[in-house]
Amino acid sequence: MLSDYSTIGIFLMLTLAFPLAAMGMAWAVRPKPKCKPDDEKLLPYECGVDTIGRTWSRFKVNYFLYALVFLAFDVETIFLFPWAVKFSQLGLFAFVEMLLFIGILLIGLWYAWKEGALEWH
Amino acid sequence: MESLFLDIAQTLTGWLQSLGLSAVWADFILLIIQFACVAGIVTINVIILIWLERKVSGFIQLRLGPNRLGPWGAFQTIADAIKLLTKEDIIPTRTDKWIFRTAPLFFITVAMMLYLVIPMGDGMQIVDLNIGVFYFISLASLSTIALLMAGWSSNNKWSLLGAMRSVAQMISYEIPLTFSLLGVIMIAGSLRLSDIVAAQSNIWFIVFQPVAFITYFIAATAELNRGPFDMPEAEQELTAGAYTEYTGMRWALFFLAEYTNLVAVSAMASTMFLGGWQGPWLPSWLWIIIKTYIIMFVFMWIKWTFPRIRMDHLMSFSWKVLLPVSLANIVVTGVGIYVFKWMGWC
Repeated sequence: MLSDYSTIGIFLMLTLAFPLAAMGMAWAVRPKPKCKPDDEKLLPYECGVDTIGRTWSRFKVNYFLYALVFLAFDVETIFLFPWAVKFSQLGLFAFVEMLLFIGILLIGLWYAWKEGALEWH
Repeated sequence: MESLFLDIAQTLTGWLQSLGLSAVWADFILLIIQFACVAGIVTINVIILIWLERKVSGFIQLRLGPNRLGPWGAFQTIADAIKLLTKEDIIPTRTDKWIFRTAPLFFITVAMMLYLVIPMGDGMQIVDLNIGVFYFISLASLSTIALLMAGWSSNNKWSLLGAMRSVAQMISYEIPLTFSLLGVIMIAGSLRLSDIVAAQSNIWFIVFQPVAFITYFIAATAELNRGPFDMPEAEQELTAGAYTEYTGMRWALFFLAEYTNLVAVSAMASTMFLGGWQGPWLPSWLWIIIKTYIIMFVFMWIKWTFPRIRMDHLMSFSWKVLLPVSLANIVVTGVGIYVFKWMGWC
Protein backbone atom coordinates (compact mmCIF):
# COMPACT_ATOMS: atom_id res chain seq x y z
CA MET A 1 0.00 0.00 0.00
CA LEU A 2 1.17 3.52 -0.75
CA SER A 3 1.11 5.92 2.16
CA ASP A 4 -1.14 8.99 2.00
CA TYR A 5 1.58 11.48 1.33
CA SER A 6 3.45 9.43 -1.25
CA THR A 7 0.13 9.14 -3.08
CA ILE A 8 -0.15 12.92 -3.01
CA GLY A 9 3.41 13.25 -4.30
CA ILE A 10 2.86 10.84 -7.21
CA PHE A 11 -0.46 12.49 -8.01
CA LEU A 12 1.29 15.88 -8.11
CA MET A 13 3.72 14.55 -10.72
CA LEU A 14 0.82 13.15 -12.75
CA THR A 15 -1.14 16.41 -12.53
CA LEU A 16 1.87 18.32 -13.82
CA ALA A 17 1.77 16.07 -16.87
CA PHE A 18 -1.81 17.12 -17.69
CA PRO A 19 -1.17 20.80 -18.62
CA LEU A 20 2.14 19.83 -20.24
CA ALA A 21 0.31 17.33 -22.44
CA ALA A 22 -2.30 19.96 -23.30
CA MET A 23 0.42 22.46 -24.24
CA GLY A 24 2.20 19.79 -26.25
CA MET A 25 -0.96 18.98 -28.15
CA ALA A 26 -1.53 22.66 -28.87
CA TRP A 27 2.09 22.97 -30.03
CA ALA A 28 1.58 20.10 -32.46
CA VAL A 29 -1.63 21.52 -33.92
CA ARG A 30 -1.21 25.28 -33.93
CA PRO A 31 0.15 27.33 -36.84
CA LYS A 32 3.74 28.46 -36.44
CA PRO A 33 4.38 31.64 -38.42
CA LYS A 34 7.53 31.36 -40.59
CA CYS A 35 8.73 34.94 -40.25
CA LYS A 36 9.27 36.75 -36.98
CA PRO A 37 6.17 38.80 -36.01
CA ASP A 38 6.76 42.54 -36.01
CA ASP A 39 7.23 44.50 -32.81
CA GLU A 40 3.76 46.04 -32.82
CA LYS A 41 2.16 42.63 -32.43
CA LEU A 42 4.22 41.78 -29.38
CA LEU A 43 3.54 45.00 -27.48
CA PRO A 44 1.49 44.90 -24.26
CA TYR A 45 -2.20 44.97 -25.15
CA GLU A 46 -3.82 48.26 -24.32
CA CYS A 47 -6.84 48.25 -26.60
CA GLY A 48 -4.80 49.25 -29.65
CA VAL A 49 -3.09 52.29 -28.16
CA ASP A 50 0.66 52.32 -27.57
CA THR A 51 1.59 51.95 -23.91
CA ILE A 52 2.49 55.14 -22.08
CA GLY A 53 4.86 54.96 -19.14
CA ARG A 54 5.84 51.94 -17.15
CA THR A 55 3.50 49.00 -17.35
CA TRP A 56 4.53 47.75 -13.93
CA SER A 57 2.81 50.81 -12.58
CA ARG A 58 2.20 51.94 -9.04
CA PHE A 59 -0.88 50.66 -7.25
CA LYS A 60 -2.84 51.53 -4.16
CA VAL A 61 -1.25 51.07 -0.75
CA ASN A 62 -4.55 49.59 0.46
CA TYR A 63 -3.68 46.22 -1.06
CA PHE A 64 -0.72 46.08 1.30
CA LEU A 65 -2.81 47.07 4.33
CA TYR A 66 -5.32 44.32 3.58
CA ALA A 67 -2.45 41.87 3.28
CA LEU A 68 -1.19 42.86 6.74
CA VAL A 69 -4.61 42.42 8.37
CA PHE A 70 -5.00 39.14 6.48
CA LEU A 71 -1.73 37.85 7.89
CA ALA A 72 -2.92 38.27 11.50
CA PHE A 73 -6.20 36.47 10.83
CA ASP A 74 -4.66 33.74 8.73
CA VAL A 75 -2.34 32.80 11.58
CA GLU A 76 -5.38 32.77 13.84
CA THR A 77 -7.11 30.21 11.65
CA ILE A 78 -4.12 27.88 12.03
CA PHE A 79 -4.56 28.05 15.82
CA LEU A 80 -8.31 27.56 15.57
CA PHE A 81 -8.15 24.35 13.51
CA PRO A 82 -6.70 21.99 16.17
CA TRP A 83 -8.95 23.57 18.77
CA ALA A 84 -12.05 23.01 16.63
CA VAL A 85 -11.16 19.34 16.00
CA LYS A 86 -10.72 18.55 19.70
CA PHE A 87 -13.45 20.93 20.88
CA SER A 88 -15.79 18.40 22.53
CA GLN A 89 -12.95 16.65 24.39
CA LEU A 90 -11.20 19.77 25.66
CA GLY A 91 -13.88 20.96 28.05
CA LEU A 92 -15.06 24.37 29.18
CA PHE A 93 -11.61 25.77 30.01
CA ALA A 94 -10.42 25.60 26.39
CA PHE A 95 -13.67 27.14 25.21
CA VAL A 96 -13.30 30.16 27.52
CA GLU A 97 -9.66 30.47 26.56
CA MET A 98 -10.50 30.50 22.86
CA LEU A 99 -13.19 33.11 23.53
CA LEU A 100 -10.45 35.31 25.05
CA PHE A 101 -8.24 34.63 22.02
CA ILE A 102 -11.02 35.57 19.59
CA GLY A 103 -11.76 38.61 21.76
CA ILE A 104 -8.18 39.85 21.50
CA LEU A 105 -8.32 39.44 17.72
CA LEU A 106 -11.62 41.29 17.60
CA ILE A 107 -9.91 44.17 19.42
CA GLY A 108 -7.26 44.02 16.70
CA LEU A 109 -9.96 44.10 14.01
CA TRP A 110 -11.64 47.02 15.77
CA TYR A 111 -8.29 48.87 15.87
CA ALA A 112 -7.67 48.27 12.15
CA TRP A 113 -11.22 49.43 11.46
CA LYS A 114 -10.79 52.57 13.60
CA GLU A 115 -7.45 53.41 11.96
CA GLY A 116 -9.07 53.14 8.53
CA ALA A 117 -7.03 50.17 7.28
CA LEU A 118 -10.24 48.60 5.99
CA GLU A 119 -11.36 51.67 4.07
CA TRP A 120 -10.70 52.13 0.37
CA HIS A 121 -9.09 55.58 0.19
CA MET B 1 -24.84 0.16 -9.36
CA GLU B 2 -23.82 1.39 -5.89
CA SER B 3 -20.34 -0.08 -5.79
CA LEU B 4 -19.73 -0.11 -9.54
CA PHE B 5 -16.49 1.86 -9.52
CA LEU B 6 -15.18 0.23 -6.34
CA ASP B 7 -15.75 -3.19 -7.91
CA ILE B 8 -13.86 -2.14 -11.02
CA ALA B 9 -10.95 -0.88 -8.90
CA GLN B 10 -10.92 -4.07 -6.82
CA THR B 11 -11.03 -6.36 -9.85
CA LEU B 12 -8.24 -4.37 -11.42
CA THR B 13 -5.91 -4.51 -8.42
CA GLY B 14 -6.72 -8.18 -7.98
CA TRP B 15 -5.88 -8.87 -11.62
CA LEU B 16 -2.66 -6.84 -11.42
CA GLN B 17 -1.56 -8.70 -8.31
CA SER B 18 -2.35 -12.03 -9.94
CA LEU B 19 0.08 -11.02 -12.68
CA GLY B 20 2.80 -10.99 -10.02
CA LEU B 21 2.97 -7.29 -9.26
CA SER B 22 3.50 -6.23 -5.66
CA ALA B 23 0.74 -4.33 -3.82
CA VAL B 24 2.61 -1.04 -4.11
CA TRP B 25 2.93 -1.31 -7.90
CA ALA B 26 -0.71 -2.32 -8.24
CA ASP B 27 -1.61 0.77 -6.20
CA PHE B 28 0.61 2.87 -8.38
CA ILE B 29 -1.09 1.71 -11.57
CA LEU B 30 -4.50 2.22 -9.93
CA LEU B 31 -3.42 5.75 -9.03
CA ILE B 32 -2.55 6.46 -12.65
CA ILE B 33 -6.02 5.27 -13.66
CA GLN B 34 -7.56 7.40 -10.91
CA PHE B 35 -5.63 10.37 -12.24
CA ALA B 36 -6.95 9.67 -15.73
CA CYS B 37 -10.46 9.61 -14.24
CA VAL B 38 -9.88 12.97 -12.53
CA ALA B 39 -8.57 14.43 -15.78
CA GLY B 40 -11.66 13.07 -17.53
CA ILE B 41 -13.99 14.47 -14.86
CA VAL B 42 -12.31 17.87 -15.15
CA THR B 43 -12.49 18.02 -18.93
CA ILE B 44 -16.04 16.73 -19.28
CA ASN B 45 -17.27 19.00 -16.48
CA VAL B 46 -15.74 22.05 -18.14
CA ILE B 47 -17.35 21.18 -21.48
CA ILE B 48 -20.74 20.75 -19.80
CA LEU B 49 -20.39 23.75 -17.49
CA ILE B 50 -19.43 26.31 -20.13
CA TRP B 51 -22.37 25.17 -22.24
CA LEU B 52 -24.65 25.26 -19.17
CA GLU B 53 -23.38 28.68 -18.13
CA ARG B 54 -24.12 30.12 -21.56
CA LYS B 55 -27.52 28.45 -21.68
CA VAL B 56 -28.47 29.59 -18.16
CA SER B 57 -27.32 33.14 -18.82
CA GLY B 58 -29.19 33.07 -22.10
CA PHE B 59 -32.46 32.01 -20.53
CA ILE B 60 -32.06 34.47 -17.64
CA GLN B 61 -31.57 37.29 -20.16
CA LEU B 62 -34.43 36.06 -22.39
CA ARG B 63 -32.07 34.87 -25.14
CA LEU B 64 -31.54 31.40 -26.54
CA GLY B 65 -27.84 31.01 -25.90
CA PRO B 66 -25.76 28.78 -28.22
CA ASN B 67 -28.13 26.79 -30.44
CA ARG B 68 -26.36 26.06 -33.75
CA LEU B 69 -23.95 23.20 -33.16
CA GLY B 70 -25.58 19.94 -32.19
CA PRO B 71 -28.80 19.55 -30.21
CA TRP B 72 -29.43 22.74 -28.19
CA GLY B 73 -25.94 23.93 -29.05
CA ALA B 74 -24.34 21.14 -27.02
CA PHE B 75 -21.24 20.90 -29.24
CA GLN B 76 -20.47 24.61 -28.99
CA THR B 77 -17.85 24.16 -26.27
CA ILE B 78 -16.10 21.40 -28.19
CA ALA B 79 -15.88 23.67 -31.22
CA ASP B 80 -14.49 26.43 -28.98
CA ALA B 81 -11.90 24.05 -27.55
CA ILE B 82 -10.75 23.07 -31.04
CA LYS B 83 -10.52 26.73 -31.98
CA LEU B 84 -8.40 27.49 -28.90
CA LEU B 85 -6.19 24.50 -29.62
CA THR B 86 -5.34 25.79 -33.09
CA LYS B 87 -4.58 29.37 -32.03
CA GLU B 88 -1.18 30.89 -32.64
CA ASP B 89 0.90 31.19 -29.48
CA ILE B 90 1.78 34.82 -28.72
CA ILE B 91 4.10 35.79 -25.87
CA PRO B 92 4.65 39.55 -25.80
CA THR B 93 8.27 40.70 -25.73
CA ARG B 94 8.21 42.57 -22.45
CA THR B 95 6.80 39.72 -20.36
CA ASP B 96 8.66 37.83 -17.68
CA LYS B 97 8.76 34.72 -19.88
CA TRP B 98 9.26 31.93 -17.38
CA ILE B 99 6.65 33.11 -14.90
CA PHE B 100 4.29 33.88 -17.81
CA ARG B 101 4.63 30.28 -18.98
CA THR B 102 4.40 28.59 -15.58
CA ALA B 103 1.34 30.52 -14.29
CA PRO B 104 -1.34 28.50 -16.18
CA LEU B 105 0.44 25.22 -15.46
CA PHE B 106 0.57 26.09 -11.76
CA PHE B 107 -3.08 27.13 -11.70
CA ILE B 108 -4.44 23.95 -13.28
CA THR B 109 -2.13 21.72 -11.21
CA VAL B 110 -3.36 23.27 -7.97
CA ALA B 111 -6.96 23.01 -9.11
CA MET B 112 -6.64 19.32 -9.99
CA MET B 113 -4.87 18.48 -6.74
CA LEU B 114 -8.06 19.48 -4.91
CA TYR B 115 -9.81 16.37 -6.27
CA LEU B 116 -7.55 14.07 -4.27
CA VAL B 117 -9.53 14.43 -1.06
CA ILE B 118 -13.10 14.97 -2.30
CA PRO B 119 -15.30 11.96 -1.50
CA MET B 120 -16.95 11.19 -4.83
CA GLY B 121 -19.06 8.37 -3.43
CA ASP B 122 -19.12 5.77 -0.67
CA GLY B 123 -15.43 4.97 -0.18
CA MET B 124 -14.56 6.67 -3.47
CA GLN B 125 -11.76 8.93 -2.32
CA ILE B 126 -8.30 8.80 -3.81
CA VAL B 127 -6.72 9.65 -0.45
CA ASP B 128 -8.73 9.74 2.76
CA LEU B 129 -6.40 12.25 4.39
CA ASN B 130 -6.72 12.81 8.14
CA ILE B 131 -6.37 16.57 7.55
CA GLY B 132 -8.63 16.61 4.47
CA VAL B 133 -10.36 19.94 5.10
CA PHE B 134 -7.09 21.66 5.92
CA TYR B 135 -5.47 20.24 2.77
CA PHE B 136 -8.35 21.52 0.68
CA ILE B 137 -8.27 25.04 2.11
CA SER B 138 -4.51 25.41 1.95
CA LEU B 139 -4.33 24.20 -1.66
CA ALA B 140 -7.32 26.26 -2.76
CA SER B 141 -5.65 29.40 -1.44
CA LEU B 142 -2.58 28.71 -3.61
CA SER B 143 -4.53 29.70 -6.72
CA THR B 144 -4.10 33.31 -5.55
CA ILE B 145 -0.40 32.97 -6.33
CA ALA B 146 -1.11 31.67 -9.82
CA LEU B 147 -3.23 34.73 -10.59
CA LEU B 148 -0.56 37.04 -9.18
CA MET B 149 2.08 35.28 -11.31
CA ALA B 150 -0.05 35.73 -14.42
CA GLY B 151 -0.83 39.35 -13.72
CA TRP B 152 2.65 40.43 -12.73
CA SER B 153 4.56 38.62 -15.46
CA SER B 154 2.27 39.87 -18.25
CA ASN B 155 3.74 43.38 -17.90
CA ASN B 156 0.43 44.92 -18.78
CA LYS B 157 -1.55 47.51 -16.86
CA TRP B 158 -4.83 45.63 -17.11
CA SER B 159 -3.20 42.42 -15.95
CA LEU B 160 -1.46 44.04 -13.02
CA LEU B 161 -4.62 45.75 -11.81
CA GLY B 162 -6.65 42.60 -12.26
CA ALA B 163 -4.11 40.50 -10.38
CA MET B 164 -3.89 43.00 -7.52
CA ARG B 165 -7.65 43.12 -7.23
CA SER B 166 -8.02 39.36 -7.27
CA VAL B 167 -5.28 38.88 -4.68
CA ALA B 168 -6.84 41.47 -2.35
CA GLN B 169 -10.26 39.93 -2.83
CA MET B 170 -9.17 36.31 -2.48
CA ILE B 171 -7.14 36.81 0.68
CA SER B 172 -9.96 38.83 2.24
CA TYR B 173 -12.62 36.22 1.53
CA GLU B 174 -10.40 33.31 2.46
CA ILE B 175 -10.78 34.10 6.15
CA PRO B 176 -14.61 33.96 6.29
CA LEU B 177 -14.41 30.84 4.11
CA THR B 178 -12.12 29.09 6.59
CA PHE B 179 -14.06 30.27 9.63
CA SER B 180 -17.36 29.08 8.20
CA LEU B 181 -15.92 25.56 7.85
CA LEU B 182 -14.73 25.61 11.48
CA GLY B 183 -18.30 25.32 12.79
CA VAL B 184 -18.77 22.08 10.85
CA ILE B 185 -15.42 20.76 12.10
CA MET B 186 -16.40 21.52 15.71
CA ILE B 187 -19.58 19.45 15.38
CA ALA B 188 -17.98 16.60 13.44
CA GLY B 189 -14.81 16.61 15.56
CA SER B 190 -12.62 15.62 12.64
CA LEU B 191 -10.84 17.05 9.62
CA ARG B 192 -11.20 13.76 7.75
CA LEU B 193 -13.80 14.26 5.02
CA SER B 194 -15.18 10.72 5.27
CA ASP B 195 -15.82 11.31 9.00
CA ILE B 196 -17.60 14.56 8.22
CA VAL B 197 -19.84 12.82 5.69
CA ALA B 198 -20.51 9.98 8.14
CA ALA B 199 -21.45 12.50 10.86
CA GLN B 200 -24.24 13.74 8.58
CA SER B 201 -25.97 10.38 8.22
CA ASN B 202 -28.99 11.59 10.25
CA ILE B 203 -29.14 15.36 9.74
CA TRP B 204 -27.24 17.46 7.21
CA PHE B 205 -25.00 20.11 8.72
CA ILE B 206 -26.85 22.86 6.86
CA VAL B 207 -29.56 22.46 9.54
CA PHE B 208 -27.10 23.19 12.38
CA GLN B 209 -24.98 25.66 10.43
CA PRO B 210 -27.23 27.74 8.15
CA VAL B 211 -25.20 30.90 8.74
CA ALA B 212 -21.96 29.07 8.02
CA PHE B 213 -23.41 27.73 4.77
CA ILE B 214 -24.39 31.22 3.62
CA THR B 215 -21.01 32.73 4.55
CA TYR B 216 -19.24 29.81 2.86
CA PHE B 217 -21.30 30.30 -0.27
CA ILE B 218 -20.67 34.06 -0.46
CA ALA B 219 -16.96 33.69 0.32
CA ALA B 220 -16.63 30.89 -2.24
CA THR B 221 -18.22 33.08 -4.92
CA ALA B 222 -15.56 35.70 -4.20
CA GLU B 223 -12.75 33.12 -4.03
CA LEU B 224 -13.73 31.86 -7.46
CA ASN B 225 -13.78 35.42 -8.84
CA ARG B 226 -17.31 34.86 -10.08
CA GLY B 227 -20.02 37.44 -10.46
CA PRO B 228 -21.21 39.54 -8.65
CA PHE B 229 -17.69 39.50 -7.19
CA ASP B 230 -15.83 39.48 -10.53
CA MET B 231 -14.02 42.79 -10.13
CA PRO B 232 -10.64 41.13 -10.96
CA GLU B 233 -11.72 40.49 -14.52
CA ALA B 234 -14.42 43.09 -14.95
CA GLU B 235 -14.65 42.88 -18.75
CA GLN B 236 -15.87 46.43 -19.23
CA GLU B 237 -12.92 48.06 -17.45
CA LEU B 238 -10.02 45.59 -17.40
CA THR B 239 -10.66 43.66 -20.66
CA ALA B 240 -9.77 40.27 -19.13
CA GLY B 241 -7.95 41.06 -15.90
CA ALA B 242 -4.92 38.90 -15.28
CA TYR B 243 -5.53 36.87 -18.46
CA THR B 244 -5.33 39.80 -20.90
CA GLU B 245 -2.05 38.76 -22.55
CA TYR B 246 -2.80 35.05 -22.76
CA THR B 247 -3.82 33.36 -25.98
CA GLY B 248 -4.79 29.93 -27.20
CA MET B 249 -4.06 26.94 -25.02
CA ARG B 250 -2.54 28.93 -22.15
CA TRP B 251 -5.72 30.95 -21.85
CA ALA B 252 -7.78 27.78 -22.15
CA LEU B 253 -5.85 26.27 -19.24
CA PHE B 254 -6.78 29.28 -17.08
CA PHE B 255 -10.41 28.87 -18.03
CA LEU B 256 -10.21 25.13 -17.37
CA ALA B 257 -8.68 25.77 -13.95
CA GLU B 258 -11.39 28.28 -13.03
CA TYR B 259 -14.15 25.82 -13.79
CA THR B 260 -12.21 23.01 -12.12
CA ASN B 261 -12.08 25.14 -8.99
CA LEU B 262 -15.79 25.82 -9.30
CA VAL B 263 -16.58 22.10 -9.35
CA ALA B 264 -14.20 21.41 -6.45
CA VAL B 265 -15.61 24.17 -4.26
CA SER B 266 -19.20 23.13 -5.01
CA ALA B 267 -18.39 19.48 -4.27
CA MET B 268 -16.82 20.64 -1.01
CA ALA B 269 -19.96 22.63 -0.13
CA SER B 270 -22.13 19.56 -0.68
CA THR B 271 -19.70 17.41 1.34
CA MET B 272 -19.49 19.79 4.28
CA PHE B 273 -23.10 20.97 4.47
CA LEU B 274 -25.40 18.85 2.32
CA GLY B 275 -24.53 15.35 3.46
CA GLY B 276 -21.98 14.55 0.76
CA TRP B 277 -22.71 11.39 -1.18
CA GLN B 278 -25.55 10.31 1.12
CA GLY B 279 -29.05 10.04 -0.23
CA PRO B 280 -31.82 7.52 -0.78
CA TRP B 281 -32.42 5.21 -3.78
CA LEU B 282 -29.77 6.48 -6.15
CA PRO B 283 -26.11 5.32 -5.98
CA SER B 284 -23.82 7.51 -3.90
CA TRP B 285 -21.67 8.80 -6.78
CA LEU B 286 -24.79 10.01 -8.54
CA TRP B 287 -25.95 11.88 -5.44
CA ILE B 288 -22.77 13.91 -5.14
CA ILE B 289 -23.00 14.80 -8.84
CA ILE B 290 -26.61 15.95 -8.41
CA LYS B 291 -25.83 18.02 -5.31
CA THR B 292 -22.74 19.57 -6.88
CA TYR B 293 -24.63 20.51 -10.01
CA ILE B 294 -27.46 22.08 -8.00
CA ILE B 295 -24.93 24.24 -6.13
CA MET B 296 -23.18 25.19 -9.37
CA PHE B 297 -26.53 26.13 -10.87
CA VAL B 298 -27.11 28.48 -7.92
CA PHE B 299 -23.65 29.97 -8.51
CA MET B 300 -24.61 30.67 -12.13
CA TRP B 301 -28.03 31.98 -11.13
CA ILE B 302 -26.41 34.49 -8.76
CA LYS B 303 -23.80 35.49 -11.32
CA TRP B 304 -26.34 36.39 -13.98
CA THR B 305 -28.86 37.98 -11.62
CA PHE B 306 -26.85 40.46 -9.55
CA PRO B 307 -24.86 43.45 -10.84
CA ARG B 308 -21.13 43.67 -10.14
CA ILE B 309 -20.20 45.05 -6.73
CA ARG B 310 -17.87 48.04 -6.42
CA MET B 311 -14.35 47.30 -5.15
CA ASP B 312 -14.58 49.22 -1.85
CA HIS B 313 -17.98 47.69 -1.06
CA LEU B 314 -16.57 44.29 -1.92
CA MET B 315 -13.65 44.60 0.50
CA SER B 316 -15.60 46.17 3.35
CA PHE B 317 -18.32 43.51 3.01
CA SER B 318 -15.74 40.81 3.73
CA TRP B 319 -14.03 42.51 6.67
CA LYS B 320 -16.97 44.30 8.26
CA VAL B 321 -19.83 41.86 7.70
CA LEU B 322 -18.70 38.34 6.82
CA LEU B 323 -15.74 38.14 9.21
CA PRO B 324 -17.66 39.21 12.39
CA VAL B 325 -20.60 37.04 11.37
CA SER B 326 -18.45 33.95 10.86
CA LEU B 327 -16.57 34.56 14.14
CA ALA B 328 -19.90 34.91 15.96
CA ASN B 329 -21.00 31.67 14.30
CA ILE B 330 -18.01 29.85 15.83
CA VAL B 331 -18.86 31.15 19.31
CA VAL B 332 -22.56 30.33 18.91
CA THR B 333 -21.66 26.83 17.69
CA GLY B 334 -19.46 26.33 20.76
CA VAL B 335 -22.23 27.45 23.11
CA GLY B 336 -24.73 25.36 21.14
CA ILE B 337 -22.67 22.19 21.52
CA TYR B 338 -22.58 22.73 25.30
CA VAL B 339 -26.33 23.39 25.41
CA PHE B 340 -26.94 20.19 23.42
CA LYS B 341 -24.74 18.22 25.80
CA TRP B 342 -26.42 19.74 28.83
CA MET B 343 -29.88 18.91 27.51
CA GLY B 344 -28.64 15.41 26.71
CA TRP B 345 -29.49 15.61 22.97
CA CYS B 346 -26.19 14.27 21.77
